[in-house]
Amino acid sequence: MNASNHFNVLARVLHWTMAAAILAMLFIGVAMVASLGQREWLIALHRPLGFAILLLALLRLGNRLRHAPPPLPADLPRWQARAAHASHWLLYALMLAMPLLGWAMLSAGGFPVQMTPALQLPPIAPRDPVLYAWLRSAHGGLAYALFATVLAHLAAALFHAWVRHDDVFASMARGAPRPIPDDRPD
Amino acid sequence: MSAFPPLLRRAWPLAAIAAILAALAAAFAWTASWIGGPRLTAQRVTDAIEAGNGRIHPGFRRAHAKGVCVTGHFASNGAGAPLTRAGMLAAGATTPVLGRLSIAGGDPHAPDATTRVRSMALLLAGADGQQWRMAMNNFPFFAVSTPQGFYDQAVANRPDPATGKPDPAKMAELLRRHPEIKRFQQWAKTAPWADSWGNTGFNGVNAFRFTDAAGRVHFVRWSMRPRLAFAAMDKAKRAGAEADYLADDLQARLANGPLRWGLVLHVAAPGDPINDPSRAWPADRQQIVAGTLVLDAAQDQAEGACRDINYDPTVLPDGIRPSDDPVLAARASVYAQSYNRREREIARGQAPKTAHRESAR
Repeated sequence: MNASNHFNVLARVLHWTMAAAILAMLFIGVAMVASLGQREWLIALHRPLGFAILLLALLRLGNRLRHAPPPLPADLPRWQARAAHASHWLLYALMLAMPLLGWAMLSAGGFPVQMTPALQLPPIAPRDPVLYAWLRSAHGGLAYALFATVLAHLAAALFHAWVRHDDVFASMARGAPRPIPDDRPD
Repeated sequence: MSAFPPLLRRAWPLAAIAAILAALAAAFAWTASWIGGPRLTAQRVTDAIEAGNGRIHPGFRRAHAKGVCVTGHFASNGAGAPLTRAGMLAAGATTPVLGRLSIAGGDPHAPDATTRVRSMALLLAGADGQQWRMAMNNFPFFAVSTPQGFYDQAVANRPDPATGKPDPAKMAELLRRHPEIKRFQQWAKTAPWADSWGNTGFNGVNAFRFTDAAGRVHFVRWSMRPRLAFAAMDKAKRAGAEADYLADDLQARLANGPLRWGLVLHVAAPGDPINDPSRAWPADRQQIVAGTLVLDAAQDQAEGACRDINYDPTVLPDGIRPSDDPVLAARASVYAQSYNRREREIARGQAPKTAHRESAR
């Protein structure tokens, strides 16, 4: 076994950190638009967490382009391999697009893009009600798409771990084992 | 395990995966209030307001639909600076204002004299990008103390199709559940009507948490006190008033010069109701005039900047935060719903009466 069968440590740390952050963001998002009482703290968390995800996604994309991920099992049906690649790039696209849409949407609506009560980001889109309305709908609609993609991704990962019993889940769950004799029965 | 036939051995993991997915999806749906029984949400309150309006007026605000845009500035005198580090209340600070004067109700064409409640909404645009948005009304305290009360009131006020008036039994039940509404009804019955927006005082009935430069917290409500002397308009005069007399009066007054209000900060004493906007604070509380609001121009709301502003009273500069008042939090949630709905109607071209700028493109 060599290290290339596992994602590098930066990829793994980013993956699991962002998994928690993105899942939290999706729940915060649907909670804050419905809640009458909890909106303020939820939205105060949603904005900086979204910006953090944008920065982490850029870092992750850089790492991904520099370090090829471990290959999928050779015996994986072709449609599953294709679905895996497509869903991974969809996840990258959405985790970059969602924060940018949120930021642009607030800009177009004329809202201050507050990171903390004292610190704000500059607007990245012109003040325009029509643009606001479309960005707002895109941000909400793609959030559901992202949640669905995350669920599909999770299902596929568990399928590899529990049904196929291959190395795919382990390649993200942990690093390459140290080169010591492995006496566990296979 | 080896006793299980192979099919079952494969079925268990698949069932576990399906269960995990279903649990996550259910948790998501519950968080979004899609499942788990009817909860009071921003959507439901906005729906109740729309239902009370009888119909949707595309592109207009769901509440306080009729109004005009106003512009001017706020000049701080520094007297509020000991209460908050917000730069807009520093001595000598002058902040541009994009505002709106309106009447309550969901009909953008209602005759002005039909509505008791008038309001002033302001956006103070600080030089550093900070904003202070306010949404104030002429009533001295809010009708209800909770969002549930607001929702129940909206439902009970809905005209009975048979009589065209609210159902008296439902109104009685409303007052039993939310007795604070009686105080508001008393105000609505007895307080004289002003004959102009310009001589009306406006109150931001919710409390806010001010933090001063030393980090000390002060709970504050504010109001705009007009420079013009109050002039009442009795029932007979109202009956003969033009439908848009408030806007006509405003234009006539502005043609002669700007209108001014003093920003009055009311500072809570220990024990004052911070979280209940339906209860006024005693009149002898410390009051600080922190500066002057100067309005010098008005624009039709289809053309002015105010059309596309959500006067969310929780958009605040550093040094001012919302209190725990549940009505204040709910206003932010419901205003966001109303804003998104009308901006989408404008974007889809469904709002010809408000869509002047878009149709010109």
